[in-house]
Amino acid sequence: MKLLESPAVRVGLSISIATGLYGVSFGALSVASGLDFWQTMALSLLLFSGGSQFAFIGVVAGGGSGLAATTAAALLGVRNGIYGMQMNAMLQPAGRLKYAAAQFTIDESTATASGQEIISEQRRGFWTAGLGIYVLWNLFTAVGALAGDAMGDPKQWGLDGAAVAAFLGLLWPRLKGKEPWAIAAACAVATVMAVPWVPSGMPILIAALVAAVVGWFSHGRSDEGLEPDVEPYHRAGRISGPVDGDPTGGSSDGGSSGGEGERN
Amino acid sequence: MSLWWWILAACILAYATKLAGYFVPAKLLRSPRMMRIAGTMTIGLLASLTTVNAVAAGQSLVLDARLGALAAAGVALWLRAPFLVVVLVGAGSAAALRLLGWN
Repeated sequence: MKLLESPAVRVGLSISIATGLYGVSFGALSVASGLDFWQTMALSLLLFSGGSQFAFIGVVAGGGSGLAATTAAALLGVRNGIYGMQMNAMLQPAGRLKYAAAQFTIDESTATASGQEIISEQRRGFWTAGLGIYVLWNLFTAVGALAGDAMGDPKQWGLDGAAVAAFLGLLWPRLKGKEPWAIAAACAVATVMAVPWVPSGMPILIAALVAAVVGWFSHGRSDEGLEPDVEPYHRAGRISGPVDGDPTGGSSDGGSSGGEGERN
Repeated sequence: MSLWWWILAACILAYATKLAGYFVPAKLLRSPRMMRIAGTMTIGLLASLTTVNAVAAGQSLVLDARLGALAAAGVALWLRAPFLVVVLVGAGSAAALRLLGWN
């Protein structure tokens, strides 16, 4: 197996397993929030972006409207557009391949590709992580959805607590440095203040607006918040990378993304 | 039935966004401001979703077992537990608190 000797393929496979496995939590939480098996599978097969999928079911679980759920999912997917641009520049996929590459453009495939230095390895990393996560994520979504269906009352099993933990788990890797913490705190406060006054689902969109305004006016790292849920290139002590005050400096350059300052 | 339409709309929007990155001229998306907004919005949305799922019940705010799940998940993350363990800790603590009588 010569392919397995490629570092990018090995990283891609390990991130596929780590990320794919937690599809089980998405599947279980999705049916607990009221979606049926095929609606859950449609999100994993077609939408295929963990954060957006969790956002959709998170809004539905809170009693929000379909419009609010779709809007939250779409806003959380904006970063995939940025990744698409970076991957287009880095991998230069030919013609029709772009249409396939687009579907697999997520946090982890982008981060895996970005951690490699030569184009053949970048391509292998992207496709291994993208396809590997796609297969395992869908497989484990199905397992989770079936298990969730069989569990009965979701509250008894603490599945609402699992949802809270899942969102905090998705947020956590993005809280590097003071500013992300401040943004998160401001948006949490905005949410709490909005909940009693506006229909369910709306507080999340209000928080998104607050965050967008902060992003418009502030000058932190340009790739802040663009971190994968599971870091493909582990390294101890990478809590806060160099925070460059100049947003045009270094990291906004087409190639790098995902906020990992290191290469190996 | 109507939820199906929103699901399909979300799927189409998600794919269109990804695809836009491959076809929109890089100049439009590459601006540091655009990247920052994508990043800060990701943080803001996830923080808000965490909050809503922890303390909101429809349009009211309630303090129940989910708050215990939030705290326990925070500790697990701080101890660098992997994602799946964090989710299980959240479920376990909410279920346990309910068994103890805290709704």
